[in-house]
Amino acid sequence: MNTLHTEEMTLNMGPQHPSTHGVLRFVVRADGEIMREAVPDVGYLHRSIEKIAEKVGYHGFMPYTDRVDYVCAMFTNQGWASACEKLAGIEVPKRGEYCRVIAAEFNRLASHLLSVGTMAMDIGAMTPFTHALREREMINDLIEELCGARLTFNYMRIGGVAFDLPPGWREKALAYLDHFEPIFDEYNALISYNKIYIERLANVGVISAADAINYNLVGPNLRACGIKWDIRKDVPYSVYRDFDFDVPVGEGRWGKLGDAMDRYMVRIRELAESARILRQALTRIPSGPVLAKVPRNFKPPAGECQVRIESARGDMGWYVVSDGTAYPWRVHVRTGSFAAMGIMQKLSRGLMIADLVTIIASLDVIAPEIDR
Amino acid sequence: MQTLVQYLISSGIFGRHAPYELVAAITVIVMSAAVFLGVAFPFAGMVSWVERRVWARIQSRVGPNRVGPNGFLQWLADGVKHVCKEDIVPDEADPTLFKLAPYLVVLAFVLPWAVMPFSSSLILADLNVGILYMTAVTALTVVGVLMAGWSSNDKWSLIGGIRSAAQIVSYEIPAGLSIFPVVLMTGTLSMQGIIRAQGWAPQHWFLFANPFTMIAAIILFISALAEGNRTPFDLPEAESELVAGFATEYSGMRYLFFFMAEWGNLFIIGAIITTLFLGGWQFPHVTRNVVVMNVLQLITFNVKVLFLVFVSMWIRGTLPRVRIDQLMSLCWKYFVPISFLDMVGTAIWVAIWPNGNEWSGYVMFAAGIVVGVIFVQRVIYYLRRSRMELYFRPTI
Repeated sequence: MNTLHTEEMTLNMGPQHPSTHGVLRFVVRADGEIMREAVPDVGYLHRSIEKIAEKVGYHGFMPYTDRVDYVCAMFTNQGWASACEKLAGIEVPKRGEYCRVIAAEFNRLASHLLSVGTMAMDIGAMTPFTHALREREMINDLIEELCGARLTFNYMRIGGVAFDLPPGWREKALAYLDHFEPIFDEYNALISYNKIYIERLANVGVISAADAINYNLVGPNLRACGIKWDIRKDVPYSVYRDFDFDVPVGEGRWGKLGDAMDRYMVRIRELAESARILRQALTRIPSGPVLAKVPRNFKPPAGECQVRIESARGDMGWYVVSDGTAYPWRVHVRTGSFAAMGIMQKLSRGLMIADLVTIIASLDVIAPEIDR
Repeated sequence: MQTLVQYLISSGIFGRHAPYELVAAITVIVMSAAVFLGVAFPFAGMVSWVERRVWARIQSRVGPNRVGPNGFLQWLADGVKHVCKEDIVPDEADPTLFKLAPYLVVLAFVLPWAVMPFSSSLILADLNVGILYMTAVTALTVVGVLMAGWSSNDKWSLIGGIRSAAQIVSYEIPAGLSIFPVVLMTGTLSMQGIIRAQGWAPQHWFLFANPFTMIAAIILFISALAEGNRTPFDLPEAESELVAGFATEYSGMRYLFFFMAEWGNLFIIGAIITTLFLGGWQFPHVTRNVVVMNVLQLITFNVKVLFLVFVSMWIRGTLPRVRIDQLMSLCWKYFVPISFLDMVGTAIWVAIWPNGNEWSGYVMFAAGIVVGVIFVQRVIYYLRRSRMELYFRPTI
């Protein structure tokens, strides 16, 4: 007589959900614990940063770039500065470039530490998060000494950096690297090789190399699929040619190639590579000025340019169009998190609700970077 | 208990002709209230403080250290704060069930204290089905949790409630089956009877009695963690997935009740394991003084239980959370068959050696020591590697 009426449950995950790292929203269609689909909904953190650029001028826009991705603000600084320099044809002093690389790589360490820490926390292990943030705190202290800020740095300027390394900072940074390098072993012993952790991450959210390219994934997410593509190596900018470092790619050791565990391990191994670059940069840094002469009233000639920066979340593109006035005509930022949000709908099909959290964390989506 | 009632009647404080039933009822009520209000609730509170401190140490933080000495009164401050908060019932919720749910959870937490064997004399009621009663009333939690999840009218709460129901009901089976080996060996279900069948020395504990009981002890501990919604099985309140699970819509005192029950359940988990496998309150007969003996037994019991509570905190600070399908496959594919085999194995063992095998106790104990030493060495090895000395200052 009565037939059992079943229907899919529509769950609204976010924008105030604890695991969505900011204000992401997913509309999840779920059948019990199994997701049919999770549709990402972007736009909750849109601050019109690209439009602001058209109103505040070239120099004035620098502090706003921090807010594009506040977890690794050095890269957005660098992207904006490099784009302006390319437009105006300004040569950055060698020491300035080294300062940029040092600051940016320290920032990459901080960003990846946050990423792997929150990853562990989303899986349910609270301890690795605090241990990762403990190390990140020391990096923040170092960067604070360098530029006076801990999160939104506003360190770089068009034509170089705002401040030279403070006296004694180089030794402090090298001492920190000595302290930092054993952390990979510690961190791996703490969580990476934990059986439950591997079970939760391996074979979850597998992205094939073709999909990764089609969906335009960048950075560690792309490299975890086995594609060796790093802007620092393949389209070198700044002084990255001078350094000897490897590009870690996913191996599929724990599950299929391109799963969440691969993405996680690529980040862990990138920490080591960043530390290697930092050590080389800190020992080889030349003397000289850090800031080129740039007119206060900065008016680049009319034209357009595209600059690519390997940020912590991958290939970050800065596209700037100048019409010869003191204000850019159009600015566009292309970020890795937005592309990562795109593939989430495809990845989520048929997984458990708990796995959605794993996918969000493993793709290292940062909310401000999606919407800008 | 009977002796206490007899003593009260004979001492005459209730008048000469007080009926036995009345005195017994009053005594039971007063004693229960004393145990619940004086032991269970403060214990749950203190465990919350201990857990936060232990957890903070594991995570190289400081933890609560402001209220009272070393932050010891934090639990009291938290309790006062929660009592003072507004009691919010969502408009869309079912108010009756919503309000009732926390009490059921607390009920499931206070009822086991009736058969808690603190020492040879300190027990409210030495029921002849003590351990069965214990497992029965702790399973009441699931009703409260399901009620909370359903009545909140919130999808996250509902998923949390359903997860919890599935988890607790599933893990009841291996937990129940792991009790059987001990019952087979002792032939009694009474808590005191099981403890009296063991000795104070580790080789006389049921943990080391034979290989089957050791497996049963491990399965029981893991299943009890799962039933108590503890990490790595804290899926019903998985913060990163379900906000706060079944407690999402709760606030104030009702929210506190859920968590008080959770922390208090740690003691109950520890007490069950201690009673069944770790010799309970057994202490060598050092004196004929009954009061001194009871105090020593009380201390022994509490030390064993608190050690297990600490272990579960340690586990919580170490392990990530399993997924729901992994949780279920662990239970049904591994624990249930293993516990059945375990039960059969114990039955065979008891058939061969009805009075227990003295040598197996020594051998198992020696094996236990070896495993323990290896474990401690690993812990020291990792502590050295963690460069704890850089961060650890014991006196913050």
